Amino acid sequence: MSGSITEPSSRQKTVAGTLVILYAIITILPLVWIMMTGFKTGPDSISYPPKVFFQPSLEGYVNLFTSRTRATPEQLATLPAPANFADELARDRGMIITGPSKFGERFLNSVIIGFGSTFLSIFLGTLAAYAFSRFKIPLKDDLLFFILSTRMMPPIAVAIPIFLMYRSLGLSDTHLGMILLYTAVNISLAVWLLKGFIDEIPREYEEAALIDGYSRFQAFVKVVLPQAATGIASTAIFCLIFAWNEYAFAVLLTSGTAQTAPPFIPTIIGVGGKDWPAVAAGATIFLLPIMIFTILLRKHLLRGITFGAVRK
Amino acid sequence: MAEIVIKNLRKEFGAFTAVQSSSFTIRDGEFFMLLGPSGCGKTTTLRMIAGLELPTSGEIWLDGEEVSQKPASQRDIAFVFQMFALYPHMNVRRNISYPLVSQGMKRAQVKAKVAEVARILGIESILDKPVSGLSGGDRQRVALGRAIVRDPKAFMMDEPLGALDTEFREHMAEELRALHDRMKATTVYVTHDQLEAMQMGDKIVVMNHGVIEQFGTPQEIYDKPATLFVAEFIGSPPMNFLRFQGAVTAGQNQITLGEATHAVPVQHDAAHGPLVFGVRPEHIRLSDTAPYRGRTIAVEYLGTTQIVTLTTPHGDIKARISSSDPAPRPGDAVGLEFLAPTVTLFDQKTGRALRSALHGER
Repeated sequence: MSGSITEPSSRQKTVAGTLVILYAIITILPLVWIMMTGFKTGPDSISYPPKVFFQPSLEGYVNLFTSRTRATPEQLATLPAPANFADELARDRGMIITGPSKFGERFLNSVIIGFGSTFLSIFLGTLAAYAFSRFKIPLKDDLLFFILSTRMMPPIAVAIPIFLMYRSLGLSDTHLGMILLYTAVNISLAVWLLKGFIDEIPREYEEAALIDGYSRFQAFVKVVLPQAATGIASTAIFCLIFAWNEYAFAVLLTSGTAQTAPPFIPTIIGVGGKDWPAVAAGATIFLLPIMIFTILLRKHLLRGITFGAVRK
Repeated sequence: MAEIVIKNLRKEFGAFTAVQSSSFTIRDGEFFMLLGPSGCGKTTTLRMIAGLELPTSGEIWLDGEEVSQKPASQRDIAFVFQMFALYPHMNVRRNISYPLVSQGMKRAQVKAKVAEVARILGIESILDKPVSGLSGGDRQRVALGRAIVRDPKAFMMDEPLGALDTEFREHMAEELRALHDRMKATTVYVTHDQLEAMQMGDKIVVMNHGVIEQFGTPQEIYDKPATLFVAEFIGSPPMNFLRFQGAVTAGQNQITLGEATHAVPVQHDAAHGPLVFGVRPEHIRLSDTAPYRGRTIAVEYLGTTQIVTLTTPHGDIKARISSSDPAPRPGDAVGLEFLAPTVTLFDQKTGRALRSALHGER
């Protein structure tokens, strides 16, 4: 042990580094495997022992985005030359492409519902958090506790009442229904996180704006919101991750027009044999937006997790 | 610029009364100090004048208009906060121009105004810097710039020098006073520092527990404290109190403390019971022949003066004597003389000063 308390010794650093790298490998390996599988051919994807080095193919992606039908060699011979590489790939496997698959649509549903509910959670959450932070509200602590209490059981515990309620309200399998549901789940997190951030912003900034001739709403928009940007960003990530990944309610409440990607991806397995490359391709594409979003905002995310721990 | 009249202003926070029916007038162009210990209601009073708090009852007249229930944005008052409250996401220029933008002023005019203010405050070189990197003094100047840029009716300042270090404070205090003398702007300034109040103010209101103890010029407050609280709060070291049982009658001009008789200003009122004989440290003379005796406890040398702490039959007192005078040694017995015209007698039960010739003819 060398003398300093704050500076770890080089051996400690080595051990810590090794542990971090080990942990990273354990968590990243499945992702890498999924991404690799997306570029394998069908036989390669199930070969044993597993193939680490393989001839990459776009078959999985073509299968993910298209519907195909099997054709005889005679039928294939009568067709005009393939229009693009996807056609060519399908014909090599004795198939013809009949149209686009539903994946694009389902992915778009995920985007609409995920970002829609995140926006709504943040919008309502910021206003509520500001009010809780700044104004005298009767029963403030009880209300805050009530908001928090909505998260004291797993949301899926109320799946059946929600299912029945949605059916009678006509919200089943609608974008609006899913946005409202995810917002309802996320709003307590949003209010509590954002209240913490807004509490940290000194009131003097708003008061200065009031003095400078702005209304309270203008002061909120022009002074408080820019200050709360970090908190809003990190809260948004948490909300989006939940709404994006949510599976149980999506399976239960959506089947067609509003179905999101998580319940759709497993259904690919059933179309024309176990098409693992297509499933892996779907999972890869599904992962990308949230990965990019998180990497872009990772500084805020870290601050969101540790906020309030240290006084500025 | 404007005159501010406060009438019976009161503020309650639930069961707690922060300000109890205050009334005073701030004349046009005055540099007005609200002085008191923390929690005395001075900041609440200031915030009510600015419109950041609404009074429970009472009136605030600003430039001939009753504004007590108007929002801050409609009062045309500038406020300098203790922690400056510069908008952290804007640079210096945008901070200063922000109050003008809210009025919908034209861009070119805003630019000219900001340039003028920057020149007055000597901050032209930092106009395009972010506020986060500025020194305390520069932040203070930017906060002042934001206040003076739109020629408000009055300035409110909430301990604006409180966040600066001692050395720089002196300098900023002078700068502030010079700025005020140049702009002749009505200024209400909150501080808990009596030296700051004495040094800068035209008028001082001394508050304690939400009540106005005294209202007057620095000289009046120092020389003729109206209450025991003011006498103790103002001055460093504060006024000495010799507590005794006795009686005074109107017209009386001397008082007996123990066995010695002391001349006092001609009294206007009668009082009896527990009384307090108040005398400033600099109004005490050490004299071997004086009948009233004290014993020296300690001597502090302060450069031009020295403070002698003595114990007397009526409590410990501090005397301020010139450094060139010979100081007694601890343990020495000395005689004490009090300069009669400056002595104030207080009634301990009410805490108020007894009126005397010190307060003028009857």
